[in-house]
This record gives sequence, C-alpha cells and structure tokens, in this order.
Amino acid sequence: MDGARQWRTRAARYSLLGAYCGRCDKPEFPPRPRCPRCGHETTEFAFSGRGTVYSYSVVRQGPDGFADQVPYVVALVALEEGPLLAAQLTDVEPGELRIGQPVEMVTRRLRDDGPQGTVLYSYKFRPPRGWQTAPSG
Amino acid sequence: MARAGIAGEETGGPTRPGLEVGIVGYGAYVPRYRLPTTEPARVWNGCRAPQPIRELSVPGLDEDVVTMSIEIARNALTRAGIAPKDVGAVWVGSGSHPYAVKPTGTLVAEAIGAAPATLAADLQFACKAGTEAMQASFGLVGAAMARYALAVGVDTARSRPGDTLELTAGAGGAGFVVGPAAESLAVLEGCVSYVSDTPDFWRRAAAAYPSHAGRFSGEPGYFHHILEATRALLHRLGAEAGDFAHATFHQPNPKFSERVGKELGFSRAKLRAGSLVDRIGNAYAGSALLGLAAVLDVARPGERILAVSYGSGAGSDAFSFRVGDRIEDRMALVRPTRDYIAERVELDYAMYARHSGKIARG
Repeated sequence: MDGARQWRTRAARYSLLGAYCGRCDKPEFPPRPRCPRCGHETTEFAFSGRGTVYSYSVVRQGPDGFADQVPYVVALVALEEGPLLAAQLTDVEPGELRIGQPVEMVTRRLRDDGPQGTVLYSYKFRPPRGWQTAPSG
Repeated sequence: MARAGIAGEETGGPTRPGLEVGIVGYGAYVPRYRLPTTEPARVWNGCRAPQPIRELSVPGLDEDVVTMSIEIARNALTRAGIAPKDVGAVWVGSGSHPYAVKPTGTLVAEAIGAAPATLAADLQFACKAGTEAMQASFGLVGAAMARYALAVGVDTARSRPGDTLELTAGAGGAGFVVGPAAESLAVLEGCVSYVSDTPDFWRRAAAAYPSHAGRFSGEPGYFHHILEATRALLHRLGAEAGDFAHATFHQPNPKFSERVGKELGFSRAKLRAGSLVDRIGNAYAGSALLGLAAVLDVARPGERILAVSYGSGAGSDAFSFRVGDRIEDRMALVRPTRDYIAERVELDYAMYARHSGKIARG
C-alpha cells in the first residue's frame, strides 16, 4: 500500500469507519462515496467493531512486510451490522478459534516498512477482551 | 550539601488551576504476554532462584505505544461518555514512541475521532512523561482552553540483553480524560511537581537500549524526588497520610514503593490496590498511571487518593484526588485493570526476545 493510499484510507483502517446508503438502508465497508448497488450518495457510518468469525485460515509464510508476525490468522469477519470483511485476527492462538467465535475490533500494526519507512496501522479483530465488552449487568 | 526542599515553601505556584477540574474517564491497558523473570535470570546468570519481580508484561508482535494508547484512549472515552470531537488535546507521554519524529498523538487523535480540531503532541520525560501529560491537561482544562483533554502514559520498556533491567522492564499504561470537576469521577485537589537535573537513567537518540547509573537511582533519584513532591503537596493541602484511603507511587520494583510509602506514613494496605509491579514489571511512563487506574477500579465515593510518579532525569508529580459519586457507574463501563493483568500467555526467553525486537534478522 503506497503512502497516498495509506493516508486516504486512514479513517477506515484505524476505526472501522464505513459508509451508509440511505436508499438501500445498508452500511458498507470499505466506504465508497456512492452505493455499489444503487449509485446513491453515501454518508459516513461508524461500525460497532463487533462481529463473528465467518471463516479463517492460518498464514505461515507471510508476504513482504508481514513475515515478522507469522504465524497469523486471516479471517472473514461478519460484522454485526452486516458486511463481511477480510481481516487479521490477533491475540489468539489458531487452536483456540472456531467458526462463529465473537470478535471485537482493535487497532494494531499491520506492516512495518523498516527503519526508513513508515508503520501501517489497521483494524484487526480479537476475542472480546476490553473496550467493546462493557458488562451489561 | 543537602539539597533544598520545597515542603515548607509557600511559593511555587498554586496547587490547582483556576477552574475546578478532575478525571472524567479513565482507561488502562496491559498486553497479554508475560515473561517470568526466572527466564532472563536462567539465560544470563544460570540462576534458577525467584527474582524480586515475578513476571513482566510483554507487547504482542503487532503492538507498540500507538496501539496501546489507542486502546487506553477508547477505554477512557467509554468511561467518560463524551463525544471524541469534544477532546481538545491528545497528549501521549512515553519513552518508546515508534517514531523519533512523527507524533503518536495525531495517530491516536485520528483513531479515536478527536482529530482534526484538537491539540496533539508527545511528551518525553522517562517514567514521568505520562503524569506530565496529566499536569498539562489539568492546566489546559483549568484555564478553559478546552472542555476535555486526554492524557496518556504508556511504554514498551526497553532493556539491554543481560542487563538487570531485563528483570524489571514491563509494558502497559493508562490514560485519563480530564474535564470540569462537576462531571468528574475524581476531583483534583492539588498537584505539585519537583524536578532536578539528575543523571540516573538515559538513552541517547541512536542507542537501542537505555543506560543507568546505579549510584543515582535510589536516594538522589527516586526517594528524594518522590518524598519532596509528596511532602510539598501534603503541606500545601494541609493533609496527612491518614487522610487518604489509597496511595500509589511509581513502581520500578516492589521495594522502592513500599519503602517510600512507609516513610510517608502509608500502611501497606493503602498501597495494595495500586501495586501491580510484581505481575507486570515496571511499565515506565505507564507505571504511575496504571497504579492510579487500578485504584480507581476499587475506589469508593468520598475517598481521597494520592498518586505520585517518578521519572529519571529527574522529577516527580504528586496528585491528590477526591473520589465522587460518579465513580460507581463509570468504573463498570469497561473491564477493570486487574482483568487485563489476569489474562496471561507465558513466553520463554526466546519468544520474549522475538516479541521485544532483540533478535536482528539482518
């Protein structure tokens, strides 16, 4: 991901900020200025960060920039509000995972371009642990 | 020649800002990985005996001061129940910011939704950087230049392989949304800073690990600054140790904070809620703030809390808070500090070396 794209997508990556189509009554991620179904102009939509694991796979040989974190889990996460999203899972051992596992969004280091480069931060998901999991009772 | 004290002086500025201020929300974070200190002792000294600190918190492979600050900030905002756009300053104190030039504060401000109309900056003052951010926040809000300010203190503490710091350096931190006293869960009664140029611990810009001069660590460093700052605060408030339900001091090891508590007249029971060092190590700029967060997790309305930091180089910030009724609703909104500490995944020295970037791969 080049610097301009990193900068342009920062709100979506850091805090799962998506888009909402008022005509279809559906939230979208990643955000688009127009709805991919009807072309209607969208508005900003903040996802709760809660979801469940739809499917997952363990990466043991990572591409450039990701090798320092192997083995890691890449999952399809079904967000509470609907969209399905590909994302890394973190703070979890592959053996602990199951389909349907509840997860919450956290912001973590996605890749590091070395001492002369920048660090790319992005959403990841983990089993509920902290800020999303206020006890209800 | 004995160094000058400030306890008896009436000068030195007011102990609180013009407007009444306090803590509106707080949040803590401790990573889930733990290094038993018997591991570095085994690897470097062939020693199998228990060490003074049991285990150290270690960041995950994708964690740093930015990611920990973001989680701390989200926890603090959840407890504060305020809109992120109303945060007028995001100040992050740490000795391990990921960039030498490029602020952690702007990244955190973006991630929590406080940008763009906010101040944002990083503070550096060894283990006092976090409480320095608190002092600045109290001043800003107390001068009505912002309704709320966010002060974070957090570190991923570095230690040279084989150094004694490998038996103490931990990771984690806490943060506070500072706001008007009327909205606060704990009101600031007063604060005092005490600084001097003391060469007890330092890291040059290009050095990977800090250096320390043991000669200055104890009496001229930690004890002198904490005792002076605390005595000055108590004097200015007309208070004594018996007035406080809880006290928490910067915890480089279990002995220092216990000894300073004893010298000031605080029983071990009063230090208990904020004593975390045995389970996470010294979280440097996060240490005093984590202690205060853990105290707030158990504090009751009407109680008074003393919180005192120490940062090498050197200085101490001493704060007195009075807990209000709002604490009971707010503390339950986020998992308490002890839950973060209780979750632990144990690492051996080899995995710890990978997690803390001590293995160079060329």
